[in-house]
Amino acid sequence: MEIVLVGLNHRTAPVEVRERVSFNAEQTRRAAEELRARGILEETLVLSTCNRSEVYGVPPESSHECAPGLSTFLSEFHSVRSDVLSLSLYHHYDREAVRHLFRVAAGLDSMLLGEAEILGQVREAYRFAHEHGATGPVLNRLFQGALEVGKRVRTETELGTRPMSVASAGVKLAERIFGKLNERKALVLGAGTISEQVVSHLRDRGIAQLQVMNRSRDRADELAKQFGGKVVGWGEWDTALLSPDVVVASVSAEEPVLRREIVARAMAARGNRALFLMDLGVPRNIDPSVGELYNVYVYNTDDLSEIVQQNRNARESEVPRAQGIVDEHVTKFLSWQASVELVGLVDALRTKMREERASFIRSRMEPMKHLSETDRAHVEKLMDEMLEKLLLEPAERLRGEKELRRKIQNVEALRDLFLSNREKP
Amino acid sequence: MNHLFPILTALAYLLSFGMYARFLGTGNKLTGRLGTLFLGLGLIAHYFALLERSRGLHTVPYHDLYGSMSLFGWLLALTYLGLELYHRQRSVGAFVLPFILVFFLAADLAPADRLSPPAAHGATFAFHVTLSILAYAAFALAFVLSLIFLGEERLLRSHKLGNMVWRLPPLELLERMSQSSVLVGLVSIAIGTALGFVTVDRLEGQHSYFDLKYVITLLLLVLYTVYFFLARTTAWRGARASKLCVFNFLIVVLNFTVVGFFLSHSHRYF
Repeated sequence: MEIVLVGLNHRTAPVEVRERVSFNAEQTRRAAEELRARGILEETLVLSTCNRSEVYGVPPESSHECAPGLSTFLSEFHSVRSDVLSLSLYHHYDREAVRHLFRVAAGLDSMLLGEAEILGQVREAYRFAHEHGATGPVLNRLFQGALEVGKRVRTETELGTRPMSVASAGVKLAERIFGKLNERKALVLGAGTISEQVVSHLRDRGIAQLQVMNRSRDRADELAKQFGGKVVGWGEWDTALLSPDVVVASVSAEEPVLRREIVARAMAARGNRALFLMDLGVPRNIDPSVGELYNVYVYNTDDLSEIVQQNRNARESEVPRAQGIVDEHVTKFLSWQASVELVGLVDALRTKMREERASFIRSRMEPMKHLSETDRAHVEKLMDEMLEKLLLEPAERLRGEKELRRKIQNVEALRDLFLSNREKP
Repeated sequence: MNHLFPILTALAYLLSFGMYARFLGTGNKLTGRLGTLFLGLGLIAHYFALLERSRGLHTVPYHDLYGSMSLFGWLLALTYLGLELYHRQRSVGAFVLPFILVFFLAADLAPADRLSPPAAHGATFAFHVTLSILAYAAFALAFVLSLIFLGEERLLRSHKLGNMVWRLPPLELLERMSQSSVLVGLVSIAIGTALGFVTVDRLEGQHSYFDLKYVITLLLLVLYTVYFFLARTTAWRGARASKLCVFNFLIVVLNFTVVGFFLSHSHRYF
């Protein structure tokens, strides 16, 4: 009941290798089937994202013995030379494999520390494998534990709460003023890549209405169509600034396009309803003095970059707390694993003793001709009762006492002591 | 006198404050929920502490200054809890609990005043006093929320966010919470004042209709009504409305202290 993990990620492999070793849904299903059909693994789960491809499994034999076979399989499956692939692959066994997965689910192993998407990807990978019958009791428990770790880290720490990009920092700041954005309106000045990124974040946060204003009408139409917004004619400030709560400016201009008097006029028309302005243009698109107007909040690229840096530091300071949750769940999983293994060992011992008892009685009772059939049955019954008593009590204690399971560190040693290879469960 | 309920109350409020402060500091949702739970337990224990105090002194909780302060603390906690549950926002708890604790402890540690019973009594008078204290508690809450608004707004405008701003409620939510609180206060003070006049009327000449306390209370009613409409509909929304709310509460404090103690003929405390 060991666990093996073979994989690669953004730290060990360049993107050229990662893209060759990634799995789509069909490949995931086929790989899991082949690994089990070839007897390399009994339980399998493939986790494939843009930054990692990992195969988790429960091998029939020792995890260390199956790892080379798994590496070879990956090399063949993706037609990548094994010497190239081996440079990027990492292998983890048992405790380290569990710890690695829990760290992945917590977002501690992500390229962007604490990113939230990975938990959804782990959940999806588990759902897929489970639906296709590729997982068993060990991987089910392992991945349920991983999902719990991810959830706890997200609710009990602030690892994933702070925005880490200029665009997301701007959107989060808007939420500091307005709360949820699903009843809010946004105006985007400019239709370039930066505007697109911000619009994408605004859409993710459920912005109710989007207006696009750009010098080139075609590009504005394109962006508006892409995100379901409306186009406003360039320079129609009096109407354009009347309704939005958030304005994102990212246009190429030598002079600020949003001057103080334009915004002041708009604020008067809006009844001083709060306005959040994100100036992502360099040179700046919004006159800095606009920030002095009542109920107007202006943040430029430098302000947002500084916030991102502060957030990065804040996220890093949360790592020990997240790691603590990971460690707690690793111990919990290993304790469960040991309990299952110990109970299995006791069952194997019981089977062995029953067999021993049968041959023992046969050989010892042979000379005792004077015993009647009733006496023989009585002696057999007594021996059964004694063996049950010897094994039943420890088995019950193993099921009930966590501390005892923790103390028994090496189940393998116990197995070796009492059972021959043939008899091991 | 049995000290079990006062001790339990102080303990529950302290734990609640600790949990809310931790929630504000770390963002851990569990600690926020525990803060609410302990506040609820504190409210129950506080209720029994008030009941016990009244039974011990054979009078109503608002008979003396300290009992009135304790009742004020209880109503403040109750109003806050209602507001927290209605707006689903816990980050303000750390700012409100110290006020509740101070009022409870100051009231409980002080000895009871031996005062003659007031001329007025009965259900109408009891509702008049309780609703007036509830109104002051709601205005106190609006005051705290407005101060938080002003602090957060200043941080957002100066771009000095630090760790705190990410955990505080959004500005518009703070405004809505403050307005909800003022609405509770307005309704309470309007009914409470009306019941007060009914009580005076029943006393048939024992009290004058002209008392400075009445004037200031009616002024408060007007000021908070003005705040309520300005904050929702005009160019005053935002920091200006919050400043008006802070100013209004200063009048409340004036009404409670200088007017209540020295200039009113018919009111002891509230």
